[in-house]
Amino acid sequence: MGWFTKLINSSLGRKLLMSLTGLFLITFLVIHLIGNTAIFKGDDGLAFNAYAKFMSTNPLIHTVSYLLYAGIILHVIIAITLYFRNKSSRPVGYDKLNARANSSWESRNMTLLGLLILAFLFIHLKDFWWQYKYHGGYEFQIDADGNRDIYALVIEQFKTPFALVSYLIGLIALFFHLKHGFWSAFQTLGLDHKKYTPLIKALGLLYAILVPLGFASMPVYVYFFK
Amino acid sequence: MEKERNYTLKIWRQPNAQSKGEFKTYEVKNISTGTSFLEMLDILNEELTLKGEDPVYFDHDCREGICGMCSLFINGRPHGPDEEVTVCQMHMRMFEDGSTITIEPWRARAFPVIKDLVVDRSAFDRIIQAGGFISVNTGVTTDANAILISKENADLAMDAAACIGCGACVAACKNASAMLFVSAKVSQLALLPQGQSERKRRALAMVEQMDKEGFGACTNTGACSAECPKGIDLSNIARLNREYFTASVS
Repeated sequence: MGWFTKLINSSLGRKLLMSLTGLFLITFLVIHLIGNTAIFKGDDGLAFNAYAKFMSTNPLIHTVSYLLYAGIILHVIIAITLYFRNKSSRPVGYDKLNARANSSWESRNMTLLGLLILAFLFIHLKDFWWQYKYHGGYEFQIDADGNRDIYALVIEQFKTPFALVSYLIGLIALFFHLKHGFWSAFQTLGLDHKKYTPLIKALGLLYAILVPLGFASMPVYVYFFK
Repeated sequence: MEKERNYTLKIWRQPNAQSKGEFKTYEVKNISTGTSFLEMLDILNEELTLKGEDPVYFDHDCREGICGMCSLFINGRPHGPDEEVTVCQMHMRMFEDGSTITIEPWRARAFPVIKDLVVDRSAFDRIIQAGGFISVNTGVTTDANAILISKENADLAMDAAACIGCGACVAACKNASAMLFVSAKVSQLALLPQGQSERKRRALAMVEQMDKEGFGACTNTGACSAECPKGIDLSNIARLNREYFTASVS
């Protein structure tokens, strides 16, 4: 086990964990997005409510959800340890610094973007997950199929300007985080190749645009068109 | 001939490692555009010496862009605004007449200031000592082409070997990470047959030493490569990651 603790305590090992948990969260986002498109079905939420029930009762999903919580927590904790380690590597800063000349803004602000996403995540979980799973105080109605009507809660929440603005800010932060993070995860794993790296970079940009845009379409749709 | 230029220099002065240090402002006049940046500092130092003041200490050696000694952080960038050159190869025509030029030392915990603009970069030497070498028997010179090496690998190894160890990568990185330096040194040997016997040991030992010296982790911002006077590519960092992880798990 000596080699393992040595690996995860090294700066490269920490980055490896950031990369692996990051990629895991990236795959989760796609699944979350695809499932949530049930909101657009126009059946007063029957499909969406059935999907929500499936997600909260299926034993396999249940197991994976604990992996997901662990993934998020690990990603955050290691990011914090790296942040302080990196800060301590330069105790005296520069008087004049022209970082724009050599690197992108998002690559230099992954911690800030991550914290914005984390703040958004708390709002998001409090809005729905907490209510649905832990009975946060909201009285759920029962829909025509006999499922708890989380769709009605989504509509109610997304009708508030606070939700609209906080979700959009969270998703813009997610766009920038993914814009750097997607390719960066592959680079950290050492998956670099002159044939495939341009493809990974293009895919990363496409992903960073499409996934947050897909999520943003939901509160925007409810707020303006429902 | 173009008009000679005048500059205001804002230079970090620090008598020794223990003292606090501060910026001091100097004026230099009638600098020709063909003067190199270090020659401009020489002119300043001559004036300071004649006035009986302590000259500005800065590292330099070959002044041909190949030794890696010069190390100035100029107007917010290591080696200044020019692309892929060291400070000694940069000319004063890069700076507008009448402008203020801020000159700072490399800033990193692993590179403590010795005096003024001179920093201690022996952390790099200790990383090399940890594994940046190959063991060969001395004796008769072996035939140059006895071991066949593919053109691709020879080129990649040569590109990595262009690293002069100046530390601009560390200076540029927001985390003061030494990943580009270490990755170039690991790559130049990992790509060649002569580097195979110590390959795993090397990657593990050099990364361990890098961490021990207090350099930060890599965020893949690419600042190191963008500021590298030798244009060392980021793909070397991916290779180091591969080398380190495979060496760790195997």
